[in-house]
Amino acid sequence: MSIEIKNISKSFGNVVAVNSVNFSIQHGELMALLGPSGGGKTTVLRMIAGLEMPTSGDILIRGQRVNDVSVQERNIGFVFQNYALFKNMSVYKNIAFGLKIKKWKRKDQKARVAELLELLELKGLERRYPHQLSGGQRQRVAIARALAPKPAVLLLDEPFGAVDAKIRQELREWLVRLHHDLNVTTVFVTHDQEEAMEVSNRIVIIARGRIEQIGTPREVYEQPANEFVARFIGVMNILELEVRNGIGQVGEMRFQLPNVVDGQVRIGFRPYAVQISSDLSQYAYRAILRRTFFLGVMLRVELELPSGLVIRARITKEDYGRLGLQDGRQVSCQIRQIRLLAHDNAALGPEHLTTYDVPPSIAEGI
Amino acid sequence: MAATPKNNALGDTAKSQRASDDSPLAKWLLIGTALAFVTLFLLLPLLNVFYQALAKGLAFYKESLVDPDSISAIKLTLLIAGISVPLNILFGLAASWAIAKFEFTGKAFLITLIDLPFAVSPVVAGLMFVVLFGRQGFFGSWLDAHEIKIIFAAPGMVLATIFVTFPFVARELIPVMQATGSEQEQAALTLGASGWKIFWHVTLPSVKWGLIYGVILCNARAMGEFGAVSVVSGHITGETDTLPLRVEKLYHGATGASAVAAFSVASLLALLALVTLVLKTLLEWKTERDYARAQKAIEPSAESDTIILAKSLQ
Repeated sequence: MSIEIKNISKSFGNVVAVNSVNFSIQHGELMALLGPSGGGKTTVLRMIAGLEMPTSGDILIRGQRVNDVSVQERNIGFVFQNYALFKNMSVYKNIAFGLKIKKWKRKDQKARVAELLELLELKGLERRYPHQLSGGQRQRVAIARALAPKPAVLLLDEPFGAVDAKIRQELREWLVRLHHDLNVTTVFVTHDQEEAMEVSNRIVIIARGRIEQIGTPREVYEQPANEFVARFIGVMNILELEVRNGIGQVGEMRFQLPNVVDGQVRIGFRPYAVQISSDLSQYAYRAILRRTFFLGVMLRVELELPSGLVIRARITKEDYGRLGLQDGRQVSCQIRQIRLLAHDNAALGPEHLTTYDVPPSIAEGI
Repeated sequence: MAATPKNNALGDTAKSQRASDDSPLAKWLLIGTALAFVTLFLLLPLLNVFYQALAKGLAFYKESLVDPDSISAIKLTLLIAGISVPLNILFGLAASWAIAKFEFTGKAFLITLIDLPFAVSPVVAGLMFVVLFGRQGFFGSWLDAHEIKIIFAAPGMVLATIFVTFPFVARELIPVMQATGSEQEQAALTLGASGWKIFWHVTLPSVKWGLIYGVILCNARAMGEFGAVSVVSGHITGETDTLPLRVEKLYHGATGASAVAAFSVASLLALLALVTLVLKTLLEWKTERDYARAQKAIEPSAESDTIILAKSLQ
């Protein structure tokens, strides 16, 4: 079911939570509303559900304006952050609740609940009560309950916020699979950029009540629309440069910045744009490897330049081993490409390349 | 007691006990004191009521209960409780709902107002009603003209009882409702439930225990109230005596037999308290058992979270 959000705003008293937001969700899409806490993303989700009324603007579901349609009649499934399971009802009754309300026949209710228990791998738990379930199981009961009446849209508010890290990873993969199987239009809210990148088809980045950017995970990572997005998505090194005659400088670092007016500028570069060598003469700058963070296949290292500047770099485990790196080791490094960061909401210029361009591989956003 | 640094340095792990485990003496002293108090102030008086009631044998006990005046007192007590408890449930639900789920001006005032009957002496409460509805009272002449009797009759006693039992249900429900929040109701809303269905299937069950405790307290007070009811009753034997009033009248009666009869009637009130407690315990026990059964229901073939991982790795 397609959803259109047209110019909606929402104020609570004097506080503007959502400010003229526009976007649309295609039928069958899996979309993330990403942003820092208090940025208004949950309010947008609740307005789609009908749990909040927009102060102005329209919400259209399948081309129909639904502003005046009550929550009960919008045919949406909503999964709450803390699940909001009915604690006095068993798992079975929780899932069957929506069906009972919609007056399904008892036989059909039973069949539908059985189907969902199967789909969500909850078989055998139907007689349990919410407090007798693990976090991951509760989460799945909440999703089953929301899906039971076959909603046109599934809305999830911070769906993985309340479970521990390992289960969260599993649930993410599982949500993608579920969405693939059911093809129900799904919108979820998260403050975790990694989660949004991994799970969704498209991301709407919302901060301070406004949309900062809409795009696929790759688009928002590679072409951030502004400094906020650039800093929010993935890790970024930020430096303040003093520009004189087309050359920007901070500490011992110098960058060619033709066409930039003299004065202060801010630049940023991703950790993958930093090249490291154990050969001290290979690259322009000397540095000491201060700390190594093991993230799995990739490692993140902190390099400290003699002037005290610290930059974060990313390196594969193989390269780390091949170069014989370890904490405290002297290395040389250079920065392959940098981005001129304008202030918030101003469009960014094209990537400013200092040496040569190697497109980043996927999985490098973390 | 915190371990001393010296202990830590020695790595003395064997002594890492909690303070509560430290002294069995303190534990037994506390338990003993509590037990002694319970026996002395609760158990003994209760047993004594039954002992005194049966002092002249079972036949006399029965006789003093089927006495027409006692029967009338039982009926009146049941009538008063039967009216005031349901009204208090309605009021308690409405007030706690409003206080827990909505923000409005005068909320703090409403909460204070609910507590008022706790602060006012029941006798004063009774007098207030006499002043309002008595023959010389505020509405007295109007009521007299329309031949409506409130004071020295059942309606006045019901009013006085409602006043003194006013806070019980609401006071129990407000914290429970506040703790429950409104997310479950919102979830029911997204599943298409109407307001009434949400109340019946979601709100009411989730505050069930608070409501039950409130009703038990409210009922006990409604049946046991003396002061306020005494002031408005007029003490007309066989007409406006409730059980507590009847007990008092019998106890101050001239004969020793009448004192025993007083205990017989009093034992009814005590019995009532015991029955409500047993019922409550049974209900708790049944809930526990339901949970235990659900827990014992067939475990899924393996920890299902693990299955998910295995599948997604295929």
